[in-house]
Amino acid sequence: MDWLYLLMPISGVSIFWPGLIILGVGVGIIGGFFGMGGAWMVTPGLNILGFPMAFAIGTDIAHMAGKSLISTLRHGKFGNVDYKLGVIMLIGTVVGFEVGAQMVMWLERIGNINIIVRWIYILLLAFIAWMVFYDLHKRVQKEKAAKAQGEVLDKMATGVNWAQALHKIHIPPMVNLKVSGIYCSLWLPVTVSFLTGWLAGILGIGGGLIRMPALIYLVGCPTHVAVGTDLFEVMISGLYGAGTYTYKGRTELVAAMVMLVGAAIGAQIGAVATKYIQGYGIRIAFGICVIGCALSIIMKMIQPLMPNLTTFLDNSSTVLILGLVSGMSLYIFYQMVKGVKNELAEKRAGVQ
Amino acid sequence: MKRIRKLWFLAVATCLWMLPALAASAAGGGGAPIVIVSDTRKLDGIMRWWGSLYNESHLQFTLLTVVLIPVTGCIFGFIADIVMGWIGIDLTKRKVHEH
Repeated sequence: MDWLYLLMPISGVSIFWPGLIILGVGVGIIGGFFGMGGAWMVTPGLNILGFPMAFAIGTDIAHMAGKSLISTLRHGKFGNVDYKLGVIMLIGTVVGFEVGAQMVMWLERIGNINIIVRWIYILLLAFIAWMVFYDLHKRVQKEKAAKAQGEVLDKMATGVNWAQALHKIHIPPMVNLKVSGIYCSLWLPVTVSFLTGWLAGILGIGGGLIRMPALIYLVGCPTHVAVGTDLFEVMISGLYGAGTYTYKGRTELVAAMVMLVGAAIGAQIGAVATKYIQGYGIRIAFGICVIGCALSIIMKMIQPLMPNLTTFLDNSSTVLILGLVSGMSLYIFYQMVKGVKNELAEKRAGVQ
Repeated sequence: MKRIRKLWFLAVATCLWMLPALAASAAGGGGAPIVIVSDTRKLDGIMRWWGSLYNESHLQFTLLTVVLIPVTGCIFGFIADIVMGWIGIDLTKRKVHEH
C-alpha cells in the first residue's frame, strides 16, 4: 500500500494522498458555499494526516488561494461578486487587522491573553449564531403575520433590517454598489470591514467567518453576493499569504496541489449549489457551522479544568469538526444534485 | 475633492504596506521563519527537482509557487466549465429568490 503515500519534498513526511483529496473536496464545498477560507477546518485536518503544524498552516493557505480563485471565478459568472465593495472592504480589513494584531502583541506583553482571546472567540461565535437564528425567527414571524392577513411575504424580505437603518446615515462620500443593490456612505463598508478585520486580527483568523455575516446583516448584501465578495477578499489575502509562507519555508506545494484537485471539484459544487439553495438556506447552514465551531473551541477550553478527559475532549473536538465538514458537504452536494436534476427536467419540459 | 483623493490614495498605500500582516494570519496565525533543507536523497524525478529548487533559491521557489497556484486554479475552473456545460448546467445566470 506504499503507493497510497506520497513523500513530501520539503517537509520530508509521507502523507496519505487520498486523505488530502477528500479533505480538499470537503473544505472546497464548504468554502465555495459559505464564502470562507475555512482554516478552522483544514489546519486540524492536515495535522491529523501527519503534517507538522507549521506546514499545515502554510499548505492550508496555499491551497486556500487556489480554491478561493476557483470559487470567485464561478461566483463572478453568477454575478455574485461585488468587486467594488470587495476593494473598499479590503482597505478597512487590512488596517483593522493590523490594529488587532498590534493590540494582541501589546496585551501579550501585559500577561497571558490566550484565555481572553478564546472567550472573545466564543462570545463572537455565539453572537453570530444568535444573529442568524434571531433573523430567521423574525422572518418566520413576518411570514405568519402576512399569512394571517391573507398576503404573501415578499421573497426579498428579511427578518432584521439593521442594514437599512445604517444606510440612512449619509456621511459623504456616498457610494453606489450596483451588484449589491446598495447606496450608502463609503464609511459604512470601511467601518464594518475595519471592525471585522480588527476582530480577525485579535483572534488570529482569516476572518471569513465574521465578514460573511457582517456583509449580510450590517452592509446589507444579498446572501449570495456576501458569499462571492467574501471569497474575493479571501483570494487576495490567500495569494499574498501563499507567497509569504512559501518564502518562510512553510508551504508544501505538492500537498497543496493534491488538495487543490479535490478542492477544485468541491469549490465548484459549493459555488454552484448557491444557485439552487435560497438565501435563508445558506444562512441556516452557516449558523449550524458556527455553533459546531464554537462547541469545538469550548471542548478545547475546558481541557485544563478536566485533566482526566483531555484526550477524550481533544478527540471529540476533532471528530466534531470533521463530522461537521462531512455532514455539511454531503448536504450541499445532495442539494446541488437535486437542483441540477430539476433544472435539466425544466429544460427538457421547455423543449417538448 | 483633490484632498479626499489624496487621503484615499494614502489609505490604499497604507493597506498594501500592511497586507503581509493580514496574510500572515489568514490561515490561523503564526509566521516566524524556519530554516529547513529539503532532503533530496530519497526523491526522484520532478519531486527531486522541486526539492533542489527549494534548496537553491527560496525566491525562485516562492515565485513559482505563487504563479502555479492561480494557474492551476484557472485550469481546473476551465475544465469544470466544460464538464458543467456538458452536463447542461446554466452557468450564466442565477434567479434571485431570496435576500
